[in-house]
Amino acid sequence: MDESEGRPVGRRGFIRDAAVGAAAFAAPGKLMGSQDESHRHSHEHGHDHGHDHDHEHQDVPPDIALRVRALESVLVEKGMVDSAALDEIVDTYENRIGPRNGAEVVARAWVDSAYRERLLADGTAAIGELGHLGGQGEHMKVVANTPEVHNLVVCTLCSCYPWPTLGLPPVWYKSAPFRARAVIEPRAVLSEFGLDVPEDVEVRVWDSTAEIRYLVLPERPAGTEDMTEEELVGIVTRDSMIGVARVETPSGGEPGGDA
Amino acid sequence: MTSAGGGGAVRGGFDRGGVERVDAERLAALPPMPADDDGPAFEAPWQAQAFALAVKLSEEGHFTWKEWAGTLADELAEAEARGEPDDGSRYYHHWVAALERLVVDRRLSTAAALDDRREAWADAYRHTPHGQPVELRRTD
Repeated sequence: MDESEGRPVGRRGFIRDAAVGAAAFAAPGKLMGSQDESHRHSHEHGHDHGHDHDHEHQDVPPDIALRVRALESVLVEKGMVDSAALDEIVDTYENRIGPRNGAEVVARAWVDSAYRERLLADGTAAIGELGHLGGQGEHMKVVANTPEVHNLVVCTLCSCYPWPTLGLPPVWYKSAPFRARAVIEPRAVLSEFGLDVPEDVEVRVWDSTAEIRYLVLPERPAGTEDMTEEELVGIVTRDSMIGVARVETPSGGEPGGDA
Repeated sequence: MTSAGGGGAVRGGFDRGGVERVDAERLAALPPMPADDDGPAFEAPWQAQAFALAVKLSEEGHFTWKEWAGTLADELAEAEARGEPDDGSRYYHHWVAALERLVVDRRLSTAAALDDRREAWADAYRHTPHGQPVELRRTD
């Protein structure tokens, strides 16, 4: 498969199934976004019916992960443990364990323009500089938000998530509605996250795969000029690196000021 | 070991009900686990899921936390006796093994049922197109 720079390929047949209510079907490693979610009828590229080259079936997770799934599904089925309660624990931990690595990458890019350039040119290498690559050998591509472009990352599987930089995927990220709708109507989805993207800002949606994972480089908020790199790390959220939120200027006043 | 009061932006979601209870006293009862300053550290989703399973099964009364800690300690000791490196890298592998052992011991399920289910999941992954949720078809 081509793993070249994710260039816009427009909307193709990727969302063919979404319109009939199934999950979004995504070609790997490609930008499949659309700034106009009203075009959901546009699955004219219909010849790929279920045979989208080399990523047709999902990677089987490692045996140990399957054993955990087996335990979980058997016990949930028997009513011995509640699936939502499990999710809650996982969700709580992922919020604080993972994203710090990604936040360090973002903060470095904000304060060091040479690093930013390297990061956008070769995410894998630049993230590796900070020691945050997992042992999976996956490629990392970093996409930068600008005043003209807002990026959103979606995937279809929990395995398609840059967990060395972001930790564990949140439950909603794995949910079928998010995965399908992020492709069909990204602006509506973002708006449900409380993020309204102006009409003149292009929304790009990136599909993660086992081979390539995406990290959004959010815009540095105004009013943070005096903050140190370490302080900046503290304001970068997981959601901003998935693209469902902006990084906000810390409330409560002048960062790094006389407080 | 919890410093949950901190609560910077990144950790904002931490102070939710339930999980703090897990931390201090209960984690202290366990053999040393991979952790950062704030609690257990996971390297992959399955580790967090296995962690959550042990916590919840114990909360539901299927075994006590002390029994859990003992079973986990046994697994770790056996691994050490087998000469496995004690560097924490396989901690959650042992965690899963301990969980399986306790689940079978308590007759919450059987080894055969877990094995069948694992195979069923592998099969489901192999036959589900990328982009669609992996689901099990009922087999019984």
